[in-house]
Amino acid sequence: MQALTNRAQPVNRKPMTFLERLYLINIFKGMLITFSHIFKKQPTIQYPDQKRPFSPVFRGLHVLNRDEEGRERCTACGLCAVACPAEAITMEAAERLPGEENLYREEKYAARYEINMLRCIFCGLCEDACPKDAIYLSETFAPANFNRTTFIYGKQNLLIPNPLTEPEAYAKAKGLN
Amino acid sequence: MLLSIDWILFLEKLILIAIVIFASLGIALYTTFAERKVAAVLQDRPGPNRAGPFGLLQPFADGLKLIMKEEIIPNTSNKVLFILGPFLAMTAALMTSAVIPWSSDVHLFGRVIPLQIADVNIGILYIFAVVSLGVYGIMIGGWASNNKFSLMAALRGASQAISYELAMGLSLIALLMTTGTLQLGEIVKQQIEPGHWWNIVYQPLGFLIFIICAFAECNRTPFDLPEAENELNFGYHQEYSSMKLGFYLFSEYVNMFISSVVMATLYFGGYDVPFLNENLLSPNVAAIIGVIALLVKVVIFIFIFMWVRWTIPRFRYDQLMNLGWKSLVPLALANMLITGAVILWLGK
Repeated sequence: MQALTNRAQPVNRKPMTFLERLYLINIFKGMLITFSHIFKKQPTIQYPDQKRPFSPVFRGLHVLNRDEEGRERCTACGLCAVACPAEAITMEAAERLPGEENLYREEKYAARYEINMLRCIFCGLCEDACPKDAIYLSETFAPANFNRTTFIYGKQNLLIPNPLTEPEAYAKAKGLN
Repeated sequence: MLLSIDWILFLEKLILIAIVIFASLGIALYTTFAERKVAAVLQDRPGPNRAGPFGLLQPFADGLKLIMKEEIIPNTSNKVLFILGPFLAMTAALMTSAVIPWSSDVHLFGRVIPLQIADVNIGILYIFAVVSLGVYGIMIGGWASNNKFSLMAALRGASQAISYELAMGLSLIALLMTTGTLQLGEIVKQQIEPGHWWNIVYQPLGFLIFIICAFAECNRTPFDLPEAENELNFGYHQEYSSMKLGFYLFSEYVNMFISSVVMATLYFGGYDVPFLNENLLSPNVAAIIGVIALLVKVVIFIFIFMWVRWTIPRFRYDQLMNLGWKSLVPLALANMLITGAVILWLGK
């Protein structure tokens, strides 16, 4: 039979010599190998104290953005929900009433906006689809929880803090400091 | 006046027993921690480091966890024996320490206090008797659980212990032929004498057989068949929970400590410090140095136990029996014959 590659090695079926059958030498060799690992550098990262930096293109939890005046950018067009391959996004639109111009930038806004983080595959297509730059993916990931319903993130979880009223929280959410 | 009791002697021994037992338990406690640390370091991990500085409080956290667990006694088990099992294991593990000479004599309040609970003249026989009692802990625990995995593990453990005790005993006979005594204190004193080397020099093959058998007696890897996790589901203590499980796990570490002490005593000069003449020092200082020297040797042995555990995979059952009966027993017999021949030839 012709070998498919030139890397094939015939199995060595030579009977073991007396020294090999004693095993003691091989055991000693193995112990030297494990002993040498005492002096090796440990690759461990002490997680809560020490964090590995994410790459700049990391796609984590979603954030609903505000503009510089603190108004919600989302206009509830539904393009993100259409783009979402996992169908994780649902929303309900509402019309902006007179006097709410300081809350919502567009005439139509999302009254309810939910992302199911258990369905989400963090592909970032919603970010690409959004015409208003309202949704983007941050560098944090969903924390563990005991309850499935807590993974459905509503507006209270997704909205970025208001840059005018809570500048510190806003800067932290943006990752500016 | 035959029945008059030396109460001070009684008190001395009581204190010594308490110290030895608590020291054994304390060392065993930290051996569990060292085991995890050594395993971690050999596998390029940092190991437990959260509880206390360097994770030093980890054994207490482990112990607390075990105590807080629910105590489960299976319905179909033999309840008396089920409870007796772990206690037997623990007692047998601790009893061996009675004949170990921990150091040379201490002079306190005008009395000479030997740091040995009982210097019986059949010390080694006593150790063998007690070590073989350890099988009962495994056997009774495994049988009383009324679980086939436990029973199989217990059978394996019992047959393993019995097979390896034989080779262990034979390897020690050769040692006894060179020392001419069964008294452990006397064996150590012989090794301390100037111009006399440690017994390892006279009995290297005997020591090799002894250490292999000690691994098997302590049910340590590569001979941990009684608790083979992947095939027997944790083995003879599968049905145990809470502190009864803790006793079983703990007795393994006590066993390891005691067999390290025995090896150090028999083959590595006990509390002897090489190239140091203890007679020049004051007796109390010499005794303290002796204890430290013995403990250093023990720590090295315990490290070797762990080092082997995290290097060598487990033996298969037939390989274990082959090694025991077809290699170690004939080797020990040959070692005995050679030793006897050499002693005769030298005309000792």
